[in-house]
Amino acid sequence: MVARGEGQRPGKRAKPNKEEPTTSAHDDQANPKGAEEEVKDAIIGLRGQDGSSLGPPLKVPLSMEPKNLEVLVNKLLSEGDDDDDNDGIPRPYSFFIDEIELSGSLRQHLEKHGNSLESLEVTFKPQAWFKVLPVSRCSATMTGHTESVLSVSFSPCGRHLASGSGDTTIRLWDLNTQTRQNECKGHGDWVLCVSWSPDSKVLASGDNKGAVLLWDPECGDKIGALRGHKDAVTAISWEPAHLSLPSRRLVTSSRDKSLRVWDCGTRQCLFSMHSHRQAVTSCVWSGQGLIYSSGRDTAIFVWDTERGVMVRQLQGHGHWVNTMALSTEHALRSGPFDHKGRRPAGDEEARRAALGRYEAALGGRPERMVSGSDDFTMFLWQPGQQDGKRPLARMTGHKNLVNQVRFSPDGQWIASASFDKSVKLWNGHTGKFVCSFFGHVAPVYQVSWSADSRLVCSGSKDSTLKVWDLRTKKLRGDLPGHEDEVFAVDWCGTGAFVASGGRDRCLKLWRH
Amino acid sequence: MPQNEHIELFQKRYGKRLDHEERTRKKEARAVHTKAKYAQKALGIKGKLYAKKRYQEKIQMKKTLAMHAESDGKRRSNDEPKKGAVPAYLLDREQASRSKVLSNTVKQKRKEKAGKWEVPLPKVRPIAEEEVFKVLRSGKRKRKQWKRMITKATFVGQSFTRKPPKYERFIRPTGLRFTKAHVTHPELKTTFCLEIIGVKKNPNGQTMTQMGVITKGTVIEVNVSELGLVTPGGKVVWGKYAQVTNNPENDGCINAVLLV
Repeated sequence: MVARGEGQRPGKRAKPNKEEPTTSAHDDQANPKGAEEEVKDAIIGLRGQDGSSLGPPLKVPLSMEPKNLEVLVNKLLSEGDDDDDNDGIPRPYSFFIDEIELSGSLRQHLEKHGNSLESLEVTFKPQAWFKVLPVSRCSATMTGHTESVLSVSFSPCGRHLASGSGDTTIRLWDLNTQTRQNECKGHGDWVLCVSWSPDSKVLASGDNKGAVLLWDPECGDKIGALRGHKDAVTAISWEPAHLSLPSRRLVTSSRDKSLRVWDCGTRQCLFSMHSHRQAVTSCVWSGQGLIYSSGRDTAIFVWDTERGVMVRQLQGHGHWVNTMALSTEHALRSGPFDHKGRRPAGDEEARRAALGRYEAALGGRPERMVSGSDDFTMFLWQPGQQDGKRPLARMTGHKNLVNQVRFSPDGQWIASASFDKSVKLWNGHTGKFVCSFFGHVAPVYQVSWSADSRLVCSGSKDSTLKVWDLRTKKLRGDLPGHEDEVFAVDWCGTGAFVASGGRDRCLKLWRH
Repeated sequence: MPQNEHIELFQKRYGKRLDHEERTRKKEARAVHTKAKYAQKALGIKGKLYAKKRYQEKIQMKKTLAMHAESDGKRRSNDEPKKGAVPAYLLDREQASRSKVLSNTVKQKRKEKAGKWEVPLPKVRPIAEEEVFKVLRSGKRKRKQWKRMITKATFVGQSFTRKPPKYERFIRPTGLRFTKAHVTHPELKTTFCLEIIGVKKNPNGQTMTQMGVITKGTVIEVNVSELGLVTPGGKVVWGKYAQVTNNPENDGCINAVLLV
């Protein structure tokens, strides 16, 4: 398992670059194709995601399609790399010419976009080994809550599902029988957020009055209460698994303008941060040992996790900052669990697995963070860097406020949900606009990525969920069924389920 | 009547009478009886004025009591969570317009399925043709009597083009044409001014419906797209039916109830 994780690291992939690929290797690939059709060749230079070129430029026929190029790249990369750890299955890649994805053959692409034939730079980006099937049907409607479902969350292991509701309860659901497992009572007001610890052993929930409770997901018992906030808890974020396992610390943000860091072992508040001048809307514990928080005072703060000292302040937004996302958020959230929900047995190995997954998600680059705001824009930052105050990019295009942004699990894309009824897709590295997904007839509240970064699911006020395909940039599936607004959407880390809940008080599970 | 503060002065110099507290307490305790006696005895204007004063005092007392009770009750009800839970990202948002947005609850959906034609006004007064159509005389000698003027409120669609006036049989006066209606949502108890799309059914007959005559009890179709109502399938609801509840030709406006 660890070896598999290692194999996905780009550092390893860069190794065969030193070797000169022989022309015969490419002839093997090119000739059978070229013989059938009129031979017209192009000279392409293959480049990795980090800009390193893969050997000298190659002469290839224009009829090459992504699947042919994939074979070529796999062949070039696997030379001298004997430990083929994926049972001979070629790794899927997607190809880009000037940031436009190659969908048909090279010839079609060139005709359509009019690139010159000379010095064609083709960038290849690795894709996930596994494929998540798009959800298409509602497999269960689980009733029980007597008020709107406000938050839905799958555990990192993919075996549990928790939902928090306006009826002050949290319900844990059994995914095999798709029935209720436990009903957790203890809150005094609406349960606004639920969050799983990265090792799947504790569930934390925050309510509208400021109480944070800890639950045991196996038996549904309350195992602790963290009291201190005076107003609604807006977000909860756990310390990443590669920094500490089992998880002990978590940070909560609240409408009472403060953030608090708690120790789950002792149930104590370790320290609190008070620099925000208005309600804090979200908080994120980054993999670099920093805490980011965004507030309605338009500022984003970066905090130290040892004593709660402010490291820097990111200014740029002109209105409330609503949401933040990290490029590594999927790896941080799933911790040591892989896409099948397995984890190494020991804590130390699990920690190392989590570190491996985190570094794979980083891809040798600094961690990025994207923030979305009421001023209709988004900013891309590198808050962990020395010059983190300067944004990498300002992303404009939405015509109404941005309610949620999410990085794709591989960190290459950003999806943003906005009240202008659209979901927009952005390049995760440069912040460039890629495409818009139109189709909803009311504000889009939430988006969620599939674990393989090929699909996005969005939930909207118009009571539907929609699944969008990244390859075709089109609607993949329309999922009506809710009778009212959809407040929360979550895609399971193992890819089997999408869960959604909303104002109609029922939770729906969607499957392929 | 004392002309100076000599009582206070006396008390300052010599102190109060030893039984002062006792006397004031007794006086206070007796006051209700004395007042009641006076209230019963007083006659004429004085009695009336006194009764009014007592009555106002009583109301004031009740109000104060109710206020105290309410503030106690509020403390108790604070423990209960409020209705209409929203997620964290919707806190402090759209609270004002919330009552405007129609939520398609289960109840409403069931109603829609059960009987679209169970209207709020099941019976209407039949209106005679003579009342609706006023005969207009035409021709050089005003001998011809085939022209009719409609004396009720009408709806004339956007795409309507007149026939040549000479051959126009039915005249719908512009003063009685309407394009908007005040539509009340029966569950939300809120009223919206909505555009009329068409006349669905006039209970007085097919001809009235075709002519677009709007009388009390007429079912009209209104444009509800502004309300942001969606079907369970995620499509925007555009037109919905409403029944007219007033006499538009008398009132100069159309009031209607949405049929949900």
